[in-house]
Amino acid sequence: MSQTTTGHEGASHGSVKSYLIGFILSIILTVIPFAMVMNGSATKTTLIAVLTLCAVVQIVVHLIYFLHLDSSSEQRWNVVALAFAALVIVILVVGSLWVMLHLNYNLMIH
Amino acid sequence: MSTETLHHHDPLNAHATDGHHDAGAVKVFGFWIYLMSDCILFASLFATYAVLVNGTAGGPAGKDIFELPFVLVETFCLLFSSITYGMAILAMHRGESSKVTAWLGLTFLFGLAFICMELYEFHNLVAEGFGPSRSAFLSGFFTLVATHGIHVTSGLIWILVMMTQVSRRGLTATNKTRLMCLSLFWHFLDVIWICVFTVVYLMGAL
Repeated sequence: MSQTTTGHEGASHGSVKSYLIGFILSIILTVIPFAMVMNGSATKTTLIAVLTLCAVVQIVVHLIYFLHLDSSSEQRWNVVALAFAALVIVILVVGSLWVMLHLNYNLMIH
Repeated sequence: MSTETLHHHDPLNAHATDGHHDAGAVKVFGFWIYLMSDCILFASLFATYAVLVNGTAGGPAGKDIFELPFVLVETFCLLFSSITYGMAILAMHRGESSKVTAWLGLTFLFGLAFICMELYEFHNLVAEGFGPSRSAFLSGFFTLVATHGIHVTSGLIWILVMMTQVSRRGLTATNKTRLMCLSLFWHFLDVIWICVFTVVYLMGAL
């Protein structure tokens, strides 16, 4: 994987600095959504948008700083596998919700 | 992967090039594929939860039972365990096996704190009569969160095994490969937890 290849120690395994950057970004992206929900002053739509955004950004931060994914050629197959998994996940989750909401609608449960 | 393997092969072609060390890279890639399939397992459970979340059957909804400050502390336990595992990996690349064991021990303690908090939360819910059999929502909630908890528990057992392996055999190439796989597993669980606290706890508390 990334770790095998570059030959620059630290560049691909991460370094104390890169782990700390990831850690601090994660703390910020965790505290913001918790603070906003616990404070409860924002509207529901705003909150859902902020929560989703923070979660997505934090996942990307984890992938880059902790799992060391990048665009290098050594990482290509990892990224391809991840992209395929993401596609399956989107089909699975969106498809389930779509089908079940229509089912509820047609059966007039809600 | 291991520090001495500075090859230029793509992990998929590594087998053909007959590198002994490349076997490690292939294992880590294989483990990554496993993690992607685990992602799909979790996605199914998230989809199930999202479909069932309104089926409270007259029982409590998320906002009645979730305690956000408690969940925030749980989140920080996992986050701290991620950074301590990162430090263990950096110590591994420097070849300092005693530091690897120490950082792994710290990671274990943070992970254990997380699991204890989760068990405490589950125990309280069940004691109040809000167990998984109470409503569809609670079934979905327990299945999703407990599946993550079982993964973390497996990770904790794995950490103990690796602490023993590293202290007895040192940082061999095999142990380094195992530590890299465990690293992926542990950070992956943190990624899943981001989705859990966002979708289940925070959106449930709205």
